[in-house]
Amino acid sequence: MTDLAWIDAALAASRPQVVGALVRYFRDLDAAEEAFQNASLKALETWRANGPPRDAAAWLIFVGRNSGIDAVRRQKKSTEIEDIPVEPDIVDRLETADYRDDILRLLFICCHPELPPAQQLAVALRIVSGLTVPQIARAFLVGEDAMEQRITRAKQRIARAEVPFEAPDANERASRLAVVMASIYLVFNEGYSTSSEQAARSELCPEAIRLGRMLLRMYPDEPELMGLLALMLLNHARADARFDTAGEIILLDAQDRSQWDGDAIAEGLVLLDKAMRHRSPGTYQVQAAIAALHARAATPADTDWAQIDLLYATLERLHPSPIVTLNRAVAVSKSKGPAEALAMIEALPLDHYFHFHGLRGALLEQLGRVADANACFKRAIALARSPAEAAHIRQHLDALQKSSS
Amino acid sequence: MLYAIFCYDNEAVTCAWSKEKDAEVMSKLGAVQDKLLAEKRLGPVARLMPTTAATTVRKGKEPIIMDGPFAETKEQLLGFYIVDCADLDQAIATAKDLAAASGSAGAFELRPLQIFRPGGL
Repeated sequence: MTDLAWIDAALAASRPQVVGALVRYFRDLDAAEEAFQNASLKALETWRANGPPRDAAAWLIFVGRNSGIDAVRRQKKSTEIEDIPVEPDIVDRLETADYRDDILRLLFICCHPELPPAQQLAVALRIVSGLTVPQIARAFLVGEDAMEQRITRAKQRIARAEVPFEAPDANERASRLAVVMASIYLVFNEGYSTSSEQAARSELCPEAIRLGRMLLRMYPDEPELMGLLALMLLNHARADARFDTAGEIILLDAQDRSQWDGDAIAEGLVLLDKAMRHRSPGTYQVQAAIAALHARAATPADTDWAQIDLLYATLERLHPSPIVTLNRAVAVSKSKGPAEALAMIEALPLDHYFHFHGLRGALLEQLGRVADANACFKRAIALARSPAEAAHIRQHLDALQKSSS
Repeated sequence: MLYAIFCYDNEAVTCAWSKEKDAEVMSKLGAVQDKLLAEKRLGPVARLMPTTAATTVRKGKEPIIMDGPFAETKEQLLGFYIVDCADLDQAIATAKDLAAASGSAGAFELRPLQIFRPGGL
């Protein structure tokens, strides 16, 4: 690794902690970002000449804080500087739990429930992850100007939102953690729901995993956090097997399982093991357990569908939703047959949903109701959001045609 | 004398490596290992999962199970090599070879072994 690459990696790894601390000092995202930029520039000079400091984050916070104070002094030229909460024992405090609260606060500010999800993700990726505006714009398939505006609007809203800067109590910490976990999972799903042509989006999954690991390092005994990280690792492990050379999505049953990432699966299973020891199930853990059953099956035929059915039933209790029931119906169709599965989904309010008609069509097809199946598949194609989805349903239609002709 | 060479680095950095970057570092470290193997100096080698995968059992009358690594440190134990070294100078030279190959920050701790049972894995 060259010096520059090493410094880059260290800056990226320190970023959430450093910006989090600077936000606590300056109580302003822009000031904190600017101070971080200044500290990074100084780091490039100094670290190259003198080698890495013992604690990169402490160094950056110290230098960033001083540069920010200088900037305020230049602006105000007076003793108003006292308004800024300056903590002289900053380096000593690096060891303490304050820094966990700093990072969590920074994440929470960016994922504030008052922000629309699209703004949350953009601003979190900009401020916490340090992705550039063009990178984020590419990931969300919008123009750079539009993304710049989105981030600016989000920051304005954040400035008005008045997030408390005191150390949060246990309840507040838990509720912030839940909000932040939901946003990290959103980042992951933005990346996961990509098609292979949108390569820029593939940065989002590793970034979400990186943030999940960081949070779990901070809160090592949170079972839902273990579940979230396990879920992301287990799903992302299939990344290389999910698209064919033409960029079409390959469904789970048809994937080449030798292309799954064994290291990621092993880590996901370990985390799930750790989480289950707490006997405090939550939606991320249950979803991870379902992903684990898929990951453990050497072939599609080895999949433990009965167990997956039970886990979806648990998920229905924890988090009732027609989508969960629809997913459960897939497991039921495999373990009990298409008639039971069809009965489960008939009344679901999902008429606008591509996968509903896709699954309903497939179940009707299995039951030999060809004309009904045909109608479902046509409705599904009309609702498809990508050529790959439409192509997948077309295969069903073609198969129906062949079998009936 | 057998030495354990423990590898420490900031896992927030190493876990964020791209697959390509990771493979590049592993292949460079592999070349050093191959050389040690050819010299019949290499014993077991292990790379550890991130500390988020760790569990700690704290001894006591009623042992306490805790999530996470034994100690929270700025640099984490990422793996180790068992290497046969004639003396400390050779152990340091070996660690320097590994350091040059890995090219990242962090540190190696050289700990002579008191007992070594290769086990049956």
